[in-house]
Amino acid sequence: MSDPVVIVGASLGGLRTAEALRRSGYAGPVTVFGDEPHAPYNRPPLSKDVLAGGEVTHAAVAFPQRAATADVLWRLGTRIGSADLERRRVRTADGEEVGYRALVVATGLRPKRLFPRTAALAGAFALRTLDDAGELSAALTPGTRVVIAGSGFVGCEVAATARQLGCEVTVVGSSGLPMLGPLGEALAEDLMERHEQRGVSFHMGTHVAEVIGRDLVEGVRLADGSELACQVLVEAIGSVHNTEWLSGNDVDADLGLRTDSAMRVLRVDGSPWPDVFAVGDVARFPNAIYGDTPASIEHWNIPTETAKRAGRVLALQLAGDPGLADAVAERFAPIPSFWSDQYDIRLLAYGLPALADRVELLAGRRGEDCVYGYFVGAELVGVCGIGMRSEVMRHRDEVSRYGQLPIGETD
Amino acid sequence: MVKIEVDRTQCQNFGECVLAAPNVFSLNAKDEMEYVPVADDSELDNVEAAVDVCPMQAIALR
Ligand SMILES: Cc1cc2nc3c(=O)[nH]c(=O)nc-3n(C[C@H](O)[C@H](O)[C@H](O)COP(=O)(O)OP(=O)(O)OC[C@H]3O[C@@H](n4cnc5c(N)ncnc54)[C@H](O)[C@@H]3O)c2cc1C
Ligand code: SF4
Repeated sequence: MSDPVVIVGASLGGLRTAEALRRSGYAGPVTVFGDEPHAPYNRPPLSKDVLAGGEVTHAAVAFPQRAATADVLWRLGTRIGSADLERRRVRTADGEEVGYRALVVATGLRPKRLFPRTAALAGAFALRTLDDAGELSAALTPGTRVVIAGSGFVGCEVAATARQLGCEVTVVGSSGLPMLGPLGEALAEDLMERHEQRGVSFHMGTHVAEVIGRDLVEGVRLADGSELACQVLVEAIGSVHNTEWLSGNDVDADLGLRTDSAMRVLRVDGSPWPDVFAVGDVARFPNAIYGDTPASIEHWNIPTETAKRAGRVLALQLAGDPGLADAVAERFAPIPSFWSDQYDIRLLAYGLPALADRVELLAGRRGEDCVYGYFVGAELVGVCGIGMRSEVMRHRDEVSRYGQLPIGETD
Repeated sequence: MVKIEVDRTQCQNFGECVLAAPNVFSLNAKDEMEYVPVADDSELDNVEAAVDVCPMQAIALR
């Protein structure tokens, strides 16, 4: 029997790639390696209802498995330690070598930690996995003092959830306002006020310089000199791409694994590996909406979009289908979509508001349901709303038409 | 026939399903998602796509 298609990473991107391979007609063997013990599950609820509800079980968040992928071999609890792309082999952390016909990298991100020691410090938490959520959930008891380092969307969602659970919550953020990048000043200010009205405190424009406590978190010292006592510290300061296992190979893994618009991993000279693909959060790919500059987009809809693209191209390639060249040349322009729930605040955004040089209120009112437009010159690059779903949707097409550039050749 | 069930306690009326399978899902004037519970087999691909893109993972095929 021929070597399998090996997918590394058993989460959203890995699952959707296996499904796309089958849907595109590839019937050969597929092996998925995942270092977590769990079958693929959905992460967004981990900072929202699952964290709030206390029912942190795999069943509550598991993705349904489809009949078409029933014969996929899931090697869960198995970490891949290294790969040799020339010899087409991966090696598990235990030293087992597995040959592949094609390799799909779907290893996603892991949270950055403040200091090396906090990873093992009682009371310090990061949130990416189901197991992380279980541990954090158990610590968020009423009256607990919680400091959240980082005011991005995970930090803000955990702040909201912890507050609703009756914790005393302080957010420490290095930017001037929470979620400033994706929301822009007006909406970020509005969001911060809504958090403050519900009792969350903010220390913005500073960062955690030191964690107090030897065996147990007792508090933090900030760069501005102030000290905050706490029993729980949540580190939500961003993430790192899981690409170390590819080191030593001819790839560009700086800020995500660089691919062409067909999701094929690129060598340093810019030529694609024909049999190595990357999908999801780990991939840095050119999106035709935003020109040729490759970027990784860490939003939930991207693993599905990139996996569908990679699975189809790979299936054609494995079948020796003459349609491959056309499929590779197709315009690939998945519109980033983003949502976030904090208390009863339901944010929904399309596009990349962070690119904007001007922000305008399009509908509604500040402090209430509202929709903001994000512009580069006269062109809409992003739209974001609190509530007003159909108003946000109405602008989606315009956002996806931004920069109608010819297909991104990756220099 | 494709049988569709949406968990209303999960659905947040994002409307992503409407984009994936416009013959099956729609948003009404009040911004609420509506759907036809039984669709033709020709809709299967679209409905599966809707299942995939639903941020709340609220759509199930029966
Ligand atoms: C708490 C939280 C809340 C979120 N909320 C939202 C939201 O509201 N809206 C939104 O748009 N997005 C949200 N996201 C982002 C979204 O969940 C991610 O974009 C998505 O999970 C990425 O999927 P992925 O398959 O690319 O990577 P991941 O889900 O990170 O999966 C990668 C998998 O690979 C495994 N792995 C890594 N290295 C190896 C190795 N060497 N060998 C074997 N396995 C390995 C990892 O353990 C992991 O299981 C949230 C994320 C988190 C963590
Ligand atoms: S995509 Fe999901 S959450 Fe959104 S309207 Fe459809 S079923 Fe509801």
